[in-house]
Amino acid sequence: MLKAMLEEAWQAMGANRLRTFLTMLGMVIGVGAVVLMISVGQGARYAVNQTISTMGSNLFILGSGPSVSGGVKGSTLFTLKMADAEAIEELDHVEVVAPYHHPAPAQVQFGANNWKSSVVPTVPGYLDCRVWNTVAGRPFSDSDVRSATTVALLGWTVAQKLFGDMDPVDKIIRIQGVAFTVLGVLAPKGQSLDGRDQDDTLVIPLTTYQRKLFGESFRGSVQLMMVKAASSEAMPGVEKSIAALLRQRHRLREGVADDFSIRNLTAVAESAAETTRIMSLLLGAIASISLLVGGIGIMNIMLVSVTERTREIGIRLAIGAREQDILLQFLLEAIIISVAGCCIGVVLGIGGALLTNALTGTAIIISGSSLLVSFLVAAGVGVFFGYYPARKAARLDPIESLRYQ
Amino acid sequence: MTRSAPVPEAPLIRVEGLFKSYATPAGPFPVLKDVNLTIESGEYVAVMGHSGSGKSTFMNILGCLDRPTAGQYALDGQRVAQLAKDQLAHLRGRTIGFVFQGFNLLPRMNLEDNVALPLVYCGIGKEERRRRSREILEKVGLGSYAKSLPNRISGGQQQRVAIARALVNRPRLILADEPTGNLDSHTGEEIMALFGQLNAAGITIVLVTHEPDIAAHARRQVRFLDGRILSDQIIRPRLC
Ligand SMILES: Nc1ncnc2c1ncn2[C@@H]1O[C@H](COP(=O)(O)OP(=O)(O)OP(=O)(O)O)[C@@H](O)[C@H]1O
Ligand SMILES: [Mg+2]
Repeated sequence: MLKAMLEEAWQAMGANRLRTFLTMLGMVIGVGAVVLMISVGQGARYAVNQTISTMGSNLFILGSGPSVSGGVKGSTLFTLKMADAEAIEELDHVEVVAPYHHPAPAQVQFGANNWKSSVVPTVPGYLDCRVWNTVAGRPFSDSDVRSATTVALLGWTVAQKLFGDMDPVDKIIRIQGVAFTVLGVLAPKGQSLDGRDQDDTLVIPLTTYQRKLFGESFRGSVQLMMVKAASSEAMPGVEKSIAALLRQRHRLREGVADDFSIRNLTAVAESAAETTRIMSLLLGAIASISLLVGGIGIMNIMLVSVTERTREIGIRLAIGAREQDILLQFLLEAIIISVAGCCIGVVLGIGGALLTNALTGTAIIISGSSLLVSFLVAAGVGVFFGYYPARKAARLDPIESLRYQ
Repeated sequence: MTRSAPVPEAPLIRVEGLFKSYATPAGPFPVLKDVNLTIESGEYVAVMGHSGSGKSTFMNILGCLDRPTAGQYALDGQRVAQLAKDQLAHLRGRTIGFVFQGFNLLPRMNLEDNVALPLVYCGIGKEERRRRSREILEKVGLGSYAKSLPNRISGGQQQRVAIARALVNRPRLILADEPTGNLDSHTGEEIMALFGQLNAAGITIVLVTHEPDIAAHARRQVRFLDGRILSDQIIRPRLC
């Protein structure tokens, strides 16, 4: 019986191919959009979470000057002093304080290989803050910082570019023409929140940078500091006490603006995660609307079809069809259209996601469960919107529908 | 062929005090006014009367396609008014075969599938459906057209397909509303010959016609006038 009805539904759909195709198209686009948006959205969330998990936790960044973004970078007048770092380290709930400078662009050379990268001058604590281990060799030590030795740690990308398959440890490279010994290679970290390659960098002792690469002009002052608090609960308190300490040390009177800035990295990360979460929700919502439109398209066409086939329904009722037979017949047509539309849509959505990935490099995640859910939702939409017309068909009065036309 | 009649024997059709009125903007419009009629199993009845006298309305009620406004209709001893929709569908599918003036075949289906359609609603398997629809198509002389579409054959042939469809489920009662109305007199005679055979095989036939020549094939003639039965006469004794 069901088989016979499936065959009939197939026939009925084949009788008006263009219309069937167009109805299905609404569903295809809806499902395709949902699958694509979910893949891209999940990919973005994954990428952000990945970055956050590699960023290190409970971190503050202190900057010299009142604002981190405005004009501080080029300034040589750094208000933070190395002595400030030592004082902050004494505060309660502060685990590590790591002074460092903005990554400075630098030409790096090994033999005939040249690579334009950037150098982060800092202290060993910086690597602790960022939970950044070496995968080869060893990190530099406090004594390297004290005696300003010319040693460097290579980011993963830099190691790849300069050395390829070779082991870089203990090799001599040149940074801006100055010879440095490679102490180790840092573990790959991937992209940062703003999309830069965090592995395209070198880490050298802060003092070496000041003395060997830039002369001694700003010895004792430092551009930035990374501060790691003991726990996330301690962060608000730590932020306040750092601010108070620095104001006191810098002799800032009441009413005078801070000459430093404090940025809570965890908060930044959280807001980035929240942003991507909202973005993927929004994408999903927009895609769902197109799915809804597809469903309404099915309903519309099914209603037209029921009206057109009123006489046919009358004939069927006259020769023994029950209400449920008619209901099933029209419902099957709606289900076939929506399920077929779903299948094509899922395939197109996956294709679109892969294409997006190939063209823009955006992270995508195609998970079986999200495919299944969008498939089920879409099929449900088909049944939901197919049910009303089918019920309308089934409730027709035999004699009225035989008289129709 | 005889059928084992239920005991105590009930007539196949018993209609008592049947009224039917249609709701119109000007109020209820009475079409059938106190119709009483009993038809025994195996009869061959022609219903006549001028246009608008309520013949089709009466046939639709007999065919369980429509319900009366008042009065009793018992089919094979069963009071139709008490039956649920699905039970009516069951009667339409198995006890009654309806033949329309306009053939009413499904245009997208070939003849074989058209004839087999009532069997689909009885849950009969594909092979059995094909076998039975072939068999009946052979019987009405259209075996070689099984795969044709209805619009490829003549009106007379279409009506024979419609009769085949009415017969496929082996009904006890054939109701035909002006089955020859759209056909020329020669083709009409062929259709009537087919009905004659069916009646000879024991199937009860009630048909509506305007033409005395056609009505002459029946064994009993019922004449309607303005929603009432004007006359009811047996013109030939029935076979069984
Ligand atoms: N759905 C309806 N609504 C209102 N009036 C109707 C309806 N159907 C039929 N009628 C009226 O009922 C009357 C009887 O109609 P019916 O079709 O039974 O006549 P008939 O005897 O079959 O006529 P004919 O020989 O022309 O087929 C007619 O006057 C018709 O106008
Ligand atoms: Mg009529």
